[in-house]
This record gives sequence, structure tokens and C-alpha cells, in this order.
Amino acid sequence: MPTFEQFKLPDAGEGLTEAEIVQWHVAVGDEVTVNQTIVEIETAKSLVELPSPYTGVVAELLVAEGDTVEVGVPIIVVDTDPSGATSAGGPAAEPAAGEASGSGAVLVGYGVAEQASARRPRRGSAVAAAPSGPTAEPAPPVVAPAAPVAVPAAAAPVRPAPSGPIRALVSAATAGRTVLAKPPVRKLARDLGVELASVPATGPGGIITREDVLAYSARSEPRTLATYAGDDSPWLNDAGTGSSVTPDGRQTRVPVKSVRKRTAEAMVQSAFTAPHVTEFHTVDVTKTMKLVAKLREDREFKDVRVTPLLITARALLLAVRRHPDINASWDEAAQEIVYKHYVNLGIAAATPRGLVVPNIKDAHRLDLKGLAQGLSDLTATARAGRTTPADMSDGTITITNVGVFGIDTGTPILNPGEAAILAFGAIREQPWVHKGKIKKRWVTQLALSFDHRLVDGALGAYVLSDVAKILEDPAQALVWG
Amino acid sequence: MNQQNTAVAADPEVGSSADPQIDTGAGLPVDAELLQLLTPAGERVETPENAAYRERVAHLDADALRGLYRDMVLTRRFDDESTSLQRQGELGLFPQSLGQEAAQIGSGRALSPQDYVFPSYREHGVAHTRGLDLADILRQFRGVDHGGWDPDEHNFHLYTLVIGSHTLHATGYAMGVQRDGLVGTGDPTKDTAVVTYFGDGATSQGDVSEALVFAAVNNAPLVLFCQNNQWAISEPTTKQSRVPIYQRAHGFGVPSVRVDGNDVLACYAATAEAIERAHSGGGPTFIEAYTYRMGAHTTSDDPTRYRTSEQEALWRRRDPIDRLRLLLEAEGAWDEQWAADLAAEGDALGERLRTFVRGLGRPSTESMFDHVYATEHSVVTAERQWFEEYEASFTDDGASRTHDQHGGAR
Repeated sequence: MPTFEQFKLPDAGEGLTEAEIVQWHVAVGDEVTVNQTIVEIETAKSLVELPSPYTGVVAELLVAEGDTVEVGVPIIVVDTDPSGATSAGGPAAEPAAGEASGSGAVLVGYGVAEQASARRPRRGSAVAAAPSGPTAEPAPPVVAPAAPVAVPAAAAPVRPAPSGPIRALVSAATAGRTVLAKPPVRKLARDLGVELASVPATGPGGIITREDVLAYSARSEPRTLATYAGDDSPWLNDAGTGSSVTPDGRQTRVPVKSVRKRTAEAMVQSAFTAPHVTEFHTVDVTKTMKLVAKLREDREFKDVRVTPLLITARALLLAVRRHPDINASWDEAAQEIVYKHYVNLGIAAATPRGLVVPNIKDAHRLDLKGLAQGLSDLTATARAGRTTPADMSDGTITITNVGVFGIDTGTPILNPGEAAILAFGAIREQPWVHKGKIKKRWVTQLALSFDHRLVDGALGAYVLSDVAKILEDPAQALVWG
Repeated sequence: MNQQNTAVAADPEVGSSADPQIDTGAGLPVDAELLQLLTPAGERVETPENAAYRERVAHLDADALRGLYRDMVLTRRFDDESTSLQRQGELGLFPQSLGQEAAQIGSGRALSPQDYVFPSYREHGVAHTRGLDLADILRQFRGVDHGGWDPDEHNFHLYTLVIGSHTLHATGYAMGVQRDGLVGTGDPTKDTAVVTYFGDGATSQGDVSEALVFAAVNNAPLVLFCQNNQWAISEPTTKQSRVPIYQRAHGFGVPSVRVDGNDVLACYAATAEAIERAHSGGGPTFIEAYTYRMGAHTTSDDPTRYRTSEQEALWRRRDPIDRLRLLLEAEGAWDEQWAADLAAEGDALGERLRTFVRGLGRPSTESMFDHVYATEHSVVTAERQWFEEYEASFTDDGASRTHDQHGGAR
């Protein structure tokens, strides 16, 4: 009885999926021997002659010249036992013979999967035993296997899909898209908590650019609360926060962690251990503004950023020099007051990660330019989210620049372990009595909170007043500096 | 000295293409830089300069020459059959050694059993001389094994697919041999050399330069055997080096020689000299075997896109097997019955390879734990146990999807 063997189109290169039949070198009825060239094909890489794996007689050519054929598709049938009795079925009736021979032409390790892979049935799994419907994806078996406890993960419940209508829409729209982005952009996206697959690409060839990520991130910023009916759907971008929407859909709950958690702990500790007193002082800083403008023109300072905050920091350092007992901390455990001989000047900074208070180490040793450099470095690091724990530890006194938000002033809470914190408000043009007349002047408010356990009102007042005096007339710094 | 210009002028057949050095058998003079003992016409080359090398092959009688011929024919048959098997979908990939048989057999047969070889991935001929079953090579190219043989069984390391890196492994191994006191003992069964095979393309890799540095300064018993087959995939040697490759070794203080890589006798002689130097404590040698890759880089490559058929035709006339046959005939050592037997032996090898490859199953999944550590390791043992329990949790044995169904895993 004739034995029909099929030869399936192999992958003649690495990872090719199809080829064009260029020319048959054999016809039906021809005798072929092993390794005899039977067909010439053209792949994406080259023209290739395919040798026959069988000796026998060509029974059928299954594809025509010019056809483009997928790898794994049978192209020829060879009768390897033509002298046998003719069977009624003919070649087409026995396609299984080729498969049974085990010489399928899809390459091991490279070939195309011949069929969608089905899940292997698990022992004791009722779900897997049931035939899955033709339309639905087979449901993942979530029934625990009857295997020893040591069998892990595979039985773990599948992580639920992200909730919320916005994310569902995004996922549906971008499903199956290949994400193209360079490694630095991928890192940026990761740092910003942006899911790259959701970002519309504008770069050449559909590449997601840095700008795309930044733009998407900006749009994903938390939006204002609903102010009109119908806009009360959850708005919080939940990437990386682990947030969840309550069942009624009206609230989003975010686990308290990381910077938020540390901030909360520090504030509670500070507010409820150190009795805070805050003193205020409104001051005319017109001369400071002139000095800032002048320094910005100065070649010496062309590489650094000169701001009113810089002058304020310098002023605070001078005030500390005149009243060093403000630069101290309360050691509750040892029942001692610790006076520091150095100033690590903290600057409170709002960052994407939350409030951080890095400090400029040994700020008392720095000249104005050095201080400006220190401030620039510190803010750049904080904005980039690279502030390290070491940057934040061992602060001795802090400035919080609430003015950058347009706020007049506030009652700052002490950074734990410090005795004083200066709030620096917004600088505005205001009517001000100057040399006996009402003039338009640059005015700001200073607020100094201190730990009343070790700092009395008088000491706080001296320090605040010194800072104000320098800001009022920076020349005072010459006298004290 | 202007080598490149003089070299080009020496070979008018290929015009300006840089294929300078070899007597084509058309009566051109042999380049003085090239060690050749056998011309493409099958004539022995006898010059005062090559007397020392002639000495080294003088003991190869008719039987030995027929042995070399057989080695080359079987290697080529293996090559042809494997290429066909790839085209039939039985192998994922195959790199042919076609045309380089003399370089591989000549050098491989000059080694002693205790010498250790670090091959790249095209050294089928060398593998044959080391006593490997050539069929084992195909395990890796079918994608069912990371290696295919026990390196220590034949002192033949696994194929290295990373270009040039194994020259460093070889250098380190040679330094180890040196420290084991297996160099310069004077005992021919004890003195050990290490041979590493690589191509012209590998010499562009930093690794090969590092290997030369360390082998030279440590006086390591190493033979760096470079088969210059003219092509680093599609990049010709002329675009890879401003000087003939063997001259590079001079700068490292390593003696070097350029041999006709299609001349099995010259390859044998040059390797024998290098091995003797290594055995005796004389340090490393660099050999450039000037040959030609007659096939594609691998079965995934199409050389017609970057080289001419004229060049291939020129090198076909320099075929290593043909010229040894001409020598055997000229010296009355050719035997028709022996030749017919050899052809039958080749056919049997082809048949055996086909059956072997088609019968190669998927390795058991558990075998992935076998070679993680040389000795038993508690973490691996625990993981193996975990895996066995995991597999036992399925109702089928997984065999239906893993053995018959090719290409399931991508």
C-alpha cells in the first residue's frame, strides 16, 4: 500500500514565517531521492533550494509557483512506497501520515506555533475539565490543585484588571500595540508612573518621545474635584499608588506610604512633642530685590541662580551666627539640649514624590556664591526625585519658601530634631510708608516657628528681627558678617 | 614595504579584489609569505625555505594521506547532509565548514590526545579528528541541547557562538595547564598544548587581542589557529585589517605563520610546529590558515548578495580535497575500491545523520537542573523537587505537547 509523506515548508532562515514558491524542480509522477532539490523558494532573506527528505514518487504538488506559503504548510506529497497496492483513498485522504512520521517541517525552537496552545488540565480542576466555549478565552483555572502545599503561584488568583472606566478605555484602545521607546524614555515613564502603552506616540516610526511622556504625565496630573454634576467619576491617576475606588464609586482610597507616610509621622511627632510658637514680621524687601537684580548681572554669579530665597538663607545664617542657641535641638531621652556648632540648612521642597526637606551641609562655611550653588543643586536633586536619606538627615534649621505658591505666610511646623523654622512668604508690591510717605514697595512676611522648650520668645524675636533687618537693608550684613 | 600592492599584482585572475596570495595552479609563483606544501594541482612544493616543514610531514605515508583524505570527505559529507537537514526543517540553523576541511583536518590531526581544543562553531572537521560522533554536533543546531557532548571526553570544548570569547577561555586554560606542570616535561604523552580556533572576523574583537596579550606575557602553551576564510559574514577581510592577519601577532610578541589553509599538509606541518613549541615551553603561536568559506555564513545567510561567483569559482579550483586526490593519484596511492568504499561510508553517515536527527526528542524538562552546578546543590535540589511536584499536578504528562508538536515554545 502506498505510503504518502507530506513535506511542510520549513523555516529556511531564522524566524522566517513565509516564503514564495519560485520554481518546482519536480512534477507529479517524478521519482525523487533523498536530498534531491525539489523546489526553489524565496524567503525574505534569500533564494533557497529545498532538498527532498524522502525517496519516492511525487504524488501531489500542493502549492503553485508564485504562491506565498506560510511556514509549516504542506507543499508536496511523496509516495515513499509506490510499489505497494493502490489504496482507494489517494494522497489527500491520508494527510495524517506525514504528521505521524514526526518530521514536521516547522523548526524546533524557531517555528510558528501550529495552533493556539491550550492550557494543560490540572488535577482536581473542574474548570479545566469542562470544554471551553469557542468564543470565550479559556478561563484561567483558579481552583487550587490537589497538590502539596509546596505548589505555589500557579494557583494564585489572577490579579484583577485595573478598575475605573478611564483605564479600561485606555487598555482597550491600546491593546496589542507594540510600544516603541528608547531606554531613557522608558525610565522617565517608569519614574513618572506613566504606562507607556497608553502614551500617544509622535516620534518617527511611532516612537514615543520624551515630550510625549511628559505631556501625557501632565495630563494625568490629578484634576480638580468635580464641581458640576456628572463629573464625579474617579479622577485619581492610580499608577503606582495602589489606590482603589470604593464600591459606590464615590471615593478613592490610597494607601498611605512612602513620603506621605514619613511626612505624616514627622509632623505628628513634631507638632505633639515640641510646643510651637510662631512669630511674624512684615518687612520691606525693596533693597533686597535691587540686590538680587544687581547680582544677576554680576559675572561672578552668571552660572548660579540668584533669588530672594538666597539672600534670606544668607540672612538666616548670619542671624544664627549672632544667636547660635537657636541652632539646637532637644534631646528628650538624655534630657539635654544639643547645641550644634555647624549649620545644615534645610530647605523644604515640594517634589513629585511629596514634601522633602533636604539640607545644605555646613552651610555656615559657604560664601554667597557657594550657598547659591548649594541651593541649585539641592532643588535640582529634589525635583528629579533623587534626594537621598543622607541629604535629609541631620538638618539643624530650616527655611520653607511658601512664597513660591503665592502665599503670604503660614505657621510652619518644625522639622523634627530642629528648634526653628523660617517661613518665607510671597513678595508683593504693596503701599508702604517709606521715609514718611506712602510708596509702592516690595513687601513680604516672615514667620518663625520655634520649639518653646528650648527657645524663648525673646530669642525667637531676635533671630526673626535680624533676618528682617538684613532683608530690609542687605548692607547690614556687612556690619554683622 | 607595500605588501598589499604587490600581493594584488600577484593574482590577476581576480583583478583588484584582494585575493592575492595563493598559487591557483595556473603557473603563478607561490607567494613567499605563504607556507604551501601542496599546490592546487596536487604537486608538492619543495623550496629551501619550507624544508623544515616538509620534514614534519615526511612521515605521512600513503595510508596516512588516505586517512586525511577520508577525514575531509566525511567532514564534507556531514556538512552537506546537515545543510540538507536544515533545508528540510530538521535543524534550526547550520554553519557550514565547506572549503575549510584542510585547515581543520590538517591542524586537528597534528594534535596529541592530551591537547585541549576550544572551537568556535564551524569546527566540524576538528571535532571529527578529536573522535566526536559528528551526529552529536547536530543536537545543538536542532535546538534540543546547549552543548551535545562532554568536553572532557575528547578534550574538545563545546562550540562557542560568541565570537572570539573562547580565545580567552583557551588562554586561561593554557595558563592552567602551565601551572599544572604539564609543559616542558619532555614526556610526549604528558606535555599539553591548548588550541583555539577562530575566524578572521574574530580578530576584530577585543577578546582576541586580550588573549594574545595574556598568552604572550605568560608564555602560555597556546596555539591560536585563525581560519581566515575571507568573510566575517558579509565583511571581507580586506575591510577588517590593514595588514595580513598573521602579522598582527608580531606586535604581541607571538611568532606567527600564514599557511595555505586549503593545503592539508601545510596546515599539518605548521600546527605540528606550533604544538611542539607549546609542549616544550616555548609559548604561544599564531597560525593564519588562508582559506575560503565556500558556503554561506550559516543557512540563514545568502552570500550571493555580497560576493561574486567569479571569486567562488576561483576558490573552487583551489579545493582542498581535490588537490589531495591529485597527489594520491600522482603518487600511486589512489585505490578505486577504497574510494568506492569511502563513498559508501559517506552515504551511510548521511543516512545515520538523517535517522539520528529525526529521532532526536526533546530533552526531559528535569535535565535543566543537571548542569547548573558541578556538584549537588541544595537550592537546585529544592527547585527540582518543587518542579517535579508542580509537573505532577497536571492530569496529562505534557508529552503530547512537547514531543510531537514541534515549535510550540518560542
